[in-house]
Amino acid sequence: MEETTDCTDATDEEVHEIRDIRVIRGRILAAAKSRAMTGLHQQGKSEPSTTWRFVLGVALKAALLFVACNVVFAALEPLETLGAISLYNRIVPGRERLPYGENPAESYNLSLYNIPAMIASHRVAQPKAPDEYRVLIIGDSGTWGWLLDNEDTLAGQINAGGYVTADGRRVDAYNLAYPIMSLTKDLMLLDAATRSVHEPDLIVWPVTAESFPRDRQLTPPLLHNNASRVRALIDGYRLNLDASDPRFVEPDFAGRTIVGQRRALANLLRLQWVGFSWAATGIDRAIPGEVTLRQSDFDQDLSWHDYKEPVRLTGDDLAFDVLAAGVARAGDVPVLIVNEPMYVSSGRNSNLRYNSFYPRWAYDRYRELLAEAARKNGWRYLDVWESIAPEEFTDTPVHLTPEGAAQFAQRVAAAILETANE
Amino acid sequence: MTFDLRAILVLGLAALPYAALLAARWRAWALLAGSVLAIYWLQPPLPIRYADFILPTATLLLTVASWWATRKPGDARQAGTRREDLVTLIVVAALVAGLSLMRFVEAEYRITVSRPPDPLGLVAGLAIAGAALGAILWLAQKRGPERGLAVVGLLVIALFVILKTEPLAAAVGAWWRSLTGQDISLASGADLNWLGFSYVAFRLLHTLRDRQAGILPALSLREYVTYVVFFASYTAGPIDRAERFAGDFRVLPIVKGPDAGRFLDGLTRIAIGLFKKFVIADSLAQGLSLSVASAAQADSALWLWVLLYGYAFRLYFDFGGYTDIAIGIGVLFGIRLPENFDRPYLKTSITAFWQSWHMTLSNWARFYVFTPLSRWMLTRSWKPSPALIVLAAQLATMIVIGLWHGITWSFFAWGAWHGVGLFVHKQWSDRTRRWTRGLSARPGHKRAWTAISWFATLQFVVIGWVWFLMPDVQQAAQTMLRLFGLGW
Repeated sequence: MEETTDCTDATDEEVHEIRDIRVIRGRILAAAKSRAMTGLHQQGKSEPSTTWRFVLGVALKAALLFVACNVVFAALEPLETLGAISLYNRIVPGRERLPYGENPAESYNLSLYNIPAMIASHRVAQPKAPDEYRVLIIGDSGTWGWLLDNEDTLAGQINAGGYVTADGRRVDAYNLAYPIMSLTKDLMLLDAATRSVHEPDLIVWPVTAESFPRDRQLTPPLLHNNASRVRALIDGYRLNLDASDPRFVEPDFAGRTIVGQRRALANLLRLQWVGFSWAATGIDRAIPGEVTLRQSDFDQDLSWHDYKEPVRLTGDDLAFDVLAAGVARAGDVPVLIVNEPMYVSSGRNSNLRYNSFYPRWAYDRYRELLAEAARKNGWRYLDVWESIAPEEFTDTPVHLTPEGAAQFAQRVAAAILETANE
Repeated sequence: MTFDLRAILVLGLAALPYAALLAARWRAWALLAGSVLAIYWLQPPLPIRYADFILPTATLLLTVASWWATRKPGDARQAGTRREDLVTLIVVAALVAGLSLMRFVEAEYRITVSRPPDPLGLVAGLAIAGAALGAILWLAQKRGPERGLAVVGLLVIALFVILKTEPLAAAVGAWWRSLTGQDISLASGADLNWLGFSYVAFRLLHTLRDRQAGILPALSLREYVTYVVFFASYTAGPIDRAERFAGDFRVLPIVKGPDAGRFLDGLTRIAIGLFKKFVIADSLAQGLSLSVASAAQADSALWLWVLLYGYAFRLYFDFGGYTDIAIGIGVLFGIRLPENFDRPYLKTSITAFWQSWHMTLSNWARFYVFTPLSRWMLTRSWKPSPALIVLAAQLATMIVIGLWHGITWSFFAWGAWHGVGLFVHKQWSDRTRRWTRGLSARPGHKRAWTAISWFATLQFVVIGWVWFLMPDVQQAAQTMLRLFGLGW
């Protein structure tokens, strides 16, 4: 261990530096020897009496505690309860729309499956003001506001309009849409919202034909991961849907533990953290710089979902039972069903198709069936399917520009006031 | 593969057979071999063909060249390790050649991140590079040992400057792509993401400089290579000192093998580090941390402050967590790496902050920038005033620390910010020493003053992070103004 150091080649001004370093080095080497001889690496911190028995005892206790926590967690299934505990509306402002986003770093938003957490993060979780006419808006990505800032969404435009009911209440619209097309998804959110939201006065439900096919109803992962909620709705309203759909996620005991639910727990925490960036920026979506516009020219294609050729659709082919369940679930709260605007093309083969979503035969029949169902059931119904100019649609036949959303909002607001003033 | 959870788990588990099964005399060899393999294993994939194999190999070549330059030929200890040095060279070369044989192994069984180059080509390339480097060193050393040290030092500095300067790195990337026939238009600084080189460079410069000063003890090649590329500290430091590392390394054969106390210490430290890095820092990174984008998007000064504080704590827990993990892994293998952090955000002066934040880097800069520069100025005939010497030395030291993170104007500004801060604090404390001593008689006043000092120091450091975060000075200045309600 002995070393010799040669200072003869050091310059005069380095002598002090050399001395400093030598002193440090001497101390270091002495300490290393001392540690090595005693077998300790943190003198004074580790007791010499530390034995493997002690270490294994600590490890065993930690393992037992870990297992116990996991077992208790699996038994209690507290995720939904935990979801209701939120920094939103307390430390950070509530969100203007339900959390959805695939790139949290850019959108300050993320997708998760915890419905109570989603609603708790929304400003709708705040108590209703005495002078408020509370309107909940459910629906698909067009209503959620794909490619739109919050102030440009349907709800945002209605609120910007400053509408007041005849009895002096200010119309406050809450965007509870979620960017997937499925009436069953809308029904589940409507059910969750009416359970936890303070006294809504009206529910607005914009729909389009693409939300109606049976094969779309149970497609969203949000439904797969809320199997018990969906099953309760299927059973409770006798919906013509498969309650034993294999896509439903049914975690076993291990899957319900902390380890099994680690992703869901992480998302719950992540939702709280991104709330700070949301609070700082007011941004909850990432809008790409360039947007590819919806298709205007089409092939001679008449297919729609399972139908290769035109057929005469009946009410049973589409999920009108789910729509009816929604109206029933709302109870005394009026529901305004809106056939939302869509892009109507004048391009190649537009005599066969309205747009990339719909061949004319399917959409026309859907409109007939929806109008008929509304009339039969006495639903409040507003059909604005071709009320917006084609240039006001962006990347899909149902995604609107801010101007298009403003025009849509005027039509809906008029219907809201009509309902409120009845 | 970087220093992620899987790497930490593998290294932690490897400590068990190392301590329990390996004969004590083989421990040093095991650390050498493990470290050499780890630099290839940890290197992230690079877009340029074979770059993720060539860069770790270049690290080893440079390390061997640096050792050769820092040898003390007349030293008895140095002479006594000749056989060991030769064996070490053979072992390292065999490991590199062996790794290249992974070219013929399925991807899932390779420890290299991509398919290595052809072994024959590699051996030929190594021989040519080694011969060229050796010839340059020989020629330089013929004109005095100092020249050899200078040549290697300049080479390390040149590489460091290239890697840390985005346009230079991109230009080298483009040149390299032209050699491999890859698309030059895709060249960027990320082409040369040479894992751990910042730390390797400063370790090499430390040994070269200490050798120049005659204070570097004789080190065998095995000690030297393991010191430079020790797997625990390779990716994120700390920047150990060679003589300190060698002290631990040499006593490895007498360290108690399966020592419960050591394992408890090491694992506890790793657990603390994992919590800091993967729970706290990564959570803060999810949204409670300022980013370049959110700094521009923020719509209120209050929330800008909140995010800036989040960023400050994220930096601390991220880097501090990695340091804890590195120290913990080192402890498991019998090497006690130096501490890097000592509750820096609780310090009551900027001087104390820099004695507790990235301590091994600030000590390095103190040894090799501040002290020599201030002494050099003191001995000049045109000796400036003491205050000017302190200002110049502190500015230079902190700017070097800033540029170590990347050669950009914003890192320069961050270094200058702290250099000025240290200077102002020194002037302030020199002038108020009597007054602050007098506070001891008034505990209430002292507590209040301590609280004010802590708050002011923290604000200074936290605001300084804006320079650190932003890609350019203009954005940084704009963000700073917005923190104070200006420029909205």
